[in-house]
Amino acid sequence: MRPAYILGAGNTSFGRHAGRDSLDLMAVAAERALTDADLPRTGIDGVLCGYATTAPHLMLSTLFCERAALAPAYAHSVQLGGATGGAMLMLARELVRAGRCNNVLVVAGENRLTGQGRNGAIQTLAQVGDADYEVPYGASVPAYYALLASRYMFETGLSEADLAEFAVLMRANARRHPDAHLKDPISRADVLASKPIAAPLKLLDCCPISDGAMALVVSARRSAAAPVAIVGAGQAHRHQHLTAIADTSNYGAREAARRAFDESGLRPADIDYLAIYDSFTITLAILLEELGFAPRGGSAARVRNGDFAPGGRLPLNTHGGLLSFGHSGVAGGMGHAVEAFRQLAGRAGDRQVASRARAFVHADGGVLSSHVSLIFAREA
Amino acid sequence: MAAAALCAPFLEGLARGELRYQACLACGAPQTLARYACRACGGTRLEWRTANGRGTVYATTVVARAPSEEFRALAPYTIAIVELDEGPRLMGHAPASVAIGDRVLAEYFAFAGRNLVRFRAEGAPPTA
Repeated sequence: MRPAYILGAGNTSFGRHAGRDSLDLMAVAAERALTDADLPRTGIDGVLCGYATTAPHLMLSTLFCERAALAPAYAHSVQLGGATGGAMLMLARELVRAGRCNNVLVVAGENRLTGQGRNGAIQTLAQVGDADYEVPYGASVPAYYALLASRYMFETGLSEADLAEFAVLMRANARRHPDAHLKDPISRADVLASKPIAAPLKLLDCCPISDGAMALVVSARRSAAAPVAIVGAGQAHRHQHLTAIADTSNYGAREAARRAFDESGLRPADIDYLAIYDSFTITLAILLEELGFAPRGGSAARVRNGDFAPGGRLPLNTHGGLLSFGHSGVAGGMGHAVEAFRQLAGRAGDRQVASRARAFVHADGGVLSSHVSLIFAREA
Repeated sequence: MAAAALCAPFLEGLARGELRYQACLACGAPQTLARYACRACGGTRLEWRTANGRGTVYATTVVARAPSEEFRALAPYTIAIVELDEGPRLMGHAPASVAIGDRVLAEYFAFAGRNLVRFRAEGAPPTA
């Protein structure tokens, strides 16, 4: 099968875009990705888009194509919660590898903040719980992750102060990105003193709700300047609901990663950049530990050691992650991959870290329910 | 929205003040939530059994930011996941003092038109 490359990326800023709907935001990100990829609209023969809770249309992909004047040979939307972006990139790669498409536009965007307000968004998202066993108890998405956190912290000794390290790191990273949602500096003490949401998680352990969009072009074409290929992908789906989680040392992340590594022929030690889903601080800690980028219970020690900082051995989410760049649904989960591509391609501007060649990208949807791992590699 | 037919026996049990769970007729494995097949062996012949209502706290949280208007009146409230003595895990409300590892017992309360589970510490007097 032929290789698949990431040819270009585009995004809107994250935050408030009052008066813009999901399609408006998607159109801006898509336009920028096409420009970045140096492709005309007619060059796009595949379109994959996410979903938007504020635009629950039956055919969002072709609705978007009509508005954006695209006429692809292949199109649909994908729904896998926070893992949707990863799943779309995996599929785009397969479409290119198989020869079905030459240039696939992967796009997502949502006015999740201004389109329904925080209360509406929180209520909508809470419905990911089981309708009969969980939702009737007033469990919110933060509450599901807080329950996970309580058990994980009990088993590993991870503390609230440990979790705060991740919030501080993501905020420091976001401050270097002009398009990030949250840029006020925060300290560990600020995180610990922030208002309770669902104990042990406090406001600054949780990502914000944002408006915004992201787009990437996955292509058979190899850019001469900085070719970045998707060289491995894997998924794992072990449960849907929190209550059904069987094993806190095996949520599915490691299984997805193993499939991606096996396919790429690379090993975790070959990775020099990390793009890891971070809906909450606990999400980031658990994923880093299950993926093997930190020992169980030891992820915060690696943050304190500077390992995950932009100048460290394994720079992590240099755009600021969901925790501070922002979370606008599917686009929020694509942000990590967009930033990984830019860092590998040497296109991260003022945020550019020392030359990086191999990124590991991981996203989860639901309550650590659906896992997608991707490996990006820059070719010499 | 609700998988009404699939988990009807669970909901009927709750309404009567009983905790019911699925178990596989082929391998005997109990399981969490309602499913069409056994998670352990894949068997599709499942039966509903009644639990004794006792279990051990597996995870807890105190919800300060409620997800809807009806729960805002209750906040802050404590949610626990309890591992029942028979094996399955179940979500319920619990007293604020509850901790992982505590032994608890199920009781019930009516809220928003449903009978729901509230766990209390074993040995503590009933709240209702």
